[in-house]
Amino acid sequence: MAKPHDTSSSIPLVSFSKVACGYQKKVVFQDLSFQLYPRQFAGLVGPSGAGKSTLLKAILGVTPPLAGTISVSGQEVKGKIPSDIGYVPQIETVDWDFPVTVEQVVAMGLYRKSKRLPWITHDEREQIHRLLNQLDIGRYAQRQIKLLSGGEQQRVFLARALIGDPKLLILDEPTSGVDLKTQHAILHLLGEINRNGVTILLTTHDLNAVARHLPWVICFNKRIVSQGDPEEIFTSEILSRTYESEMSVVRKGDVILVDDSPRAGHHFKKHTHHLSEGSSKTHTHTLPEDLGQSHRHEE
Amino acid sequence: MNIITAPLQYEFFTHGLLAGILVGGMCALIGVYIVLRRMSYIGHGLSHAVFGGAVVSYVMKWNFYLGAGLWGFLSVLLINAIARRKKVGADAAIGVITTASFAVGVAIISRYRRFTKSFDAALFGNILGVTTNDLWIIGIVSVVTALLIFIFYRQFLFTTFDADVARIYGVPVAWTEALFSFILASIVIVSMQVMGVTMIAAAIVVPAITARLLTDNFNKMIFLSVIIGILCGTIGMYLSFYFDLASGATIVLTAATLFAISYLIYLVRSRSVHLKAEEMPAPVESLPTHSHHHDHDGFKHVHEHRHPQAEDRQEKSAQHRHHTDTPS
Repeated sequence: MAKPHDTSSSIPLVSFSKVACGYQKKVVFQDLSFQLYPRQFAGLVGPSGAGKSTLLKAILGVTPPLAGTISVSGQEVKGKIPSDIGYVPQIETVDWDFPVTVEQVVAMGLYRKSKRLPWITHDEREQIHRLLNQLDIGRYAQRQIKLLSGGEQQRVFLARALIGDPKLLILDEPTSGVDLKTQHAILHLLGEINRNGVTILLTTHDLNAVARHLPWVICFNKRIVSQGDPEEIFTSEILSRTYESEMSVVRKGDVILVDDSPRAGHHFKKHTHHLSEGSSKTHTHTLPEDLGQSHRHEE
Repeated sequence: MNIITAPLQYEFFTHGLLAGILVGGMCALIGVYIVLRRMSYIGHGLSHAVFGGAVVSYVMKWNFYLGAGLWGFLSVLLINAIARRKKVGADAAIGVITTASFAVGVAIISRYRRFTKSFDAALFGNILGVTTNDLWIIGIVSVVTALLIFIFYRQFLFTTFDADVARIYGVPVAWTEALFSFILASIVIVSMQVMGVTMIAAAIVVPAITARLLTDNFNKMIFLSVIIGILCGTIGMYLSFYFDLASGATIVLTAATLFAISYLIYLVRSRSVHLKAEEMPAPVESLPTHSHHHDHDGFKHVHEHRHPQAEDRQEKSAQHRHHTDTPS
């Protein structure tokens, strides 16, 4: 797993300075200052309503700040959409019945760079197919998007974001709505993209996936509660403060397991079980009572 | 053959036929975007709103196209502005603006009863009312619509697919929406004489929905929708001539018949694909698997293992299963 980058010598790619954001009269967060540095791979975690999506929208220039300044690549974002950002929306928001092919969706990502011709040019088609092949979905170029599996669909929208050669990739809940295997594959792929020099910021609710795959995590709930390597900041205390509810964290060597079903005032009890079938090892940790024996460890 | 050529000797019919073809094609073209935006009701609402503008133009002795056009365009802008307020929503915004506008027309007509008859054509469509001047205007709007849709193809496609994300990727969404509103308002206004206020919505929606049932490809959907629209305009005009019926009604009834046929084809195809899918090998979830144990940093795990060939079969089976929902 890649380690967090040394950020002390870099110029921030994204910079928030005393930013307040909100909608109409409702302020979601205020006085927020933070930086995202080139080549960082960061996850934004926090409960629903914490302001994660608002923060992403502020970086994207869609939600102008009520106060403070936001800069992307050194340019202040003032209601103008920064051009070097690739964005992947939640796949649940996509209209899968829309009659578009994979190629047409990816071509949308070329809008800024295209000559705005109504058809996809030869050069654009080559570029699209090269990227689709890299993402292992080249054979689906002419397929309607609904005909793909969850992981392939996620790759299509990743391709649309990457085709414009962005410096920063923003993903809203890329691991939601897909199975565990696909979740693992997506985060692994994002790790590779990050190693190729693309800065990544994503939101997710899957704390265990974050702990396993991401080198940097920002615990956010209307303010930054903590940020850093998940190995260091994924503690019961920090997560409980972030989620405003009791959270338990189990550690075994390098492996962190978070009970990510917080409930205020929940009764916790000691729980002992075998780590896996055929294993002689057991360990004890606290779990909410109703999870009981149904709780499973993941690799 | 005589059935087809005989009516062409009448100038009013050739005018009406040309108008029907152009209006049918135009409505069907814009209908693709309307249907995919799930705003099918806007055609219905806008035509009613324009009716108010048409009556006001008549009373004030303004040019019909100018008065009704401006009225219609402002109505769409107002609908879009109100629809953005999540508390109201697009359907309610259309309902309020367009019925209020229609009510203005009805109120004026009921005040000046002598106008009533001349607005029958506006309500139900009448090929006899298509003048050379109308034809020129319909022709110009058709060409401009086709050109604008062609030139701004990428903007319209991206904005229709996902306006919020399109904005992030640099598409001038507000400008594109305004242009779309302008095109839609123009089409509704020039279609009023042929289709009638009450029938325009169907001419917009039905060919596009019919095309959607036949294809999963956006470009093919546009092509099919326009062909269906032109076909409906042509057949509808002949039916109107021979059976002395309102042209708007005959065009819409033709479209509805084509929709019914497409729906039957869709059902038959879905059923045959479904049967084929049942003949495919069982999905991988139900195939036998074997488990194996391995060790990671002291963590022992059990993994279920499947063969790649099984996954290939799963993919094919999934595609077939999908085809039962969506035709290709």
